[in-house]
Amino acid sequence: MNTPLNRHSNILDFALSSLLRRKSKNLSLLVVYTLIVFVIASLIFFVQALKREAAQVLKEAPDMVVQRMIAGRHDLIPARYGEQISDIRGVRSVSPRLWGYYYDQAFGANYTLLVPEKQLLEPGSIMIGAGVARNQRIQTGDMLTLKTSSNAALLLTVQGIYPSSSELLSSDLIVLSAEDFQAMFNLPPGQSTDLAVTVANPREQVTVATKIAELFPDTRPILKSEILRTYDSLFEWRGGMMVVILAVAVLSFIIFAWDKATGLSAEERKEIGILKSIGWETSDVLLLKFWEGIVISLTAFLVGVVLAYVHVFFFSAALFEHALKGWSVIYPQFRLVPVIDAYQLTVLFFLTVLPYTAATIIPAWLAATVPPDAAMRS
Amino acid sequence: MRKSVVFSLFTALNVVLIALVAVHARHSQAAATTARRERAELVRTLQLTDLCLFTEARYTRHPAMADRFAPFQDHPGAMEHFPSGSLVTPPSKRVHEHSP
Repeated sequence: MNTPLNRHSNILDFALSSLLRRKSKNLSLLVVYTLIVFVIASLIFFVQALKREAAQVLKEAPDMVVQRMIAGRHDLIPARYGEQISDIRGVRSVSPRLWGYYYDQAFGANYTLLVPEKQLLEPGSIMIGAGVARNQRIQTGDMLTLKTSSNAALLLTVQGIYPSSSELLSSDLIVLSAEDFQAMFNLPPGQSTDLAVTVANPREQVTVATKIAELFPDTRPILKSEILRTYDSLFEWRGGMMVVILAVAVLSFIIFAWDKATGLSAEERKEIGILKSIGWETSDVLLLKFWEGIVISLTAFLVGVVLAYVHVFFFSAALFEHALKGWSVIYPQFRLVPVIDAYQLTVLFFLTVLPYTAATIIPAWLAATVPPDAAMRS
Repeated sequence: MRKSVVFSLFTALNVVLIALVAVHARHSQAAATTARRERAELVRTLQLTDLCLFTEARYTRHPAMADRFAPFQDHPGAMEHFPSGSLVTPPSKRVHEHSP
């Protein structure tokens, strides 16, 4: 029975046979196509999962961080600034933050040294991130030696290591007591790195920040919403590496489309001529080319997306690791919580499947409108 | 078996895999709630402001705390030489950004 379904399955059979006749060309095309979809889908999955993670965990960040600026640079902030800021109406609390960086010459690693708001550790004890433990090859109970600003050795005992599930936050952290921080960096009395400000009503944050900026023109208040926005724009397409990856993908698609749109090979044209001479209609030929395009592009899309998911969420985006690691000695080993953004996958589908299919049909339509004998002779 | 049937089965298998992947993502989100809550608690306790993604430069270790012009702060012609600088965009435009 000649139902529309039968017609499509017959033409699909013919399209698959036609593709298999040029097996090596079409297979290599499929592999490259799948690879491009895989890279773009991996990026989408990675970036979305990272943004979701940042948005979820950083919502607990301080409402506002006030930095002091001197000569365009972030400088230490005096305690009296905090006292006056806490008098502003709407401010619930102000706590000085003590944190800084430490470059370990022996291992070539940068650590972030931080003092918690509430005393969690006795002087001489530290908590470290899993990245620091890996880098220094130390465990709980071991000693870590840091060199102070006066070139003396400061011996610290590792009281605990932050779990690997928190590496995305704590990998390079060395959490220590205020006394040890002071011994390390010898800060002038009554100074801190910056101030964490809590505002009673979240809707008053901007007003409070404005008042702080007016009261202390040499300060820079950074709102929590601005912290979150920074991570929302991370890996934006304008970033250098993203531009390169996207440009490579777009150029590859242009080459595919160009290859298809510049016309069919003599063999393909002859095939269309023969098909028309044995009674195929132009619409049948177009349907044949449509199915050829769909077989390649849909397979590449589906396989590419599945492989990208496995790559990002089961193998921690291993292929991106070197690009992300850069010159860092400490690199967090983290596994992202999977997120699928249906909207972005739909956009990827329309950007990959449809243009290729269209580019396959147009030259076939041009060839199919030529009389069969002329097509066969050409 | 006809080639069209083989292709249809292969496509259906891939569609099912994508559906399973979506289910897996949804399930993982729910399963990760406790671990994520612990991470959020760590952020609150230590007053953290940034993810530890890149440790090679100050402005990529703490992009939210960095200056908008940080990669060029050493001198105006200083070229970006850290690979992560090409992944991290400058902090979003701040309400109270100024340079006294």
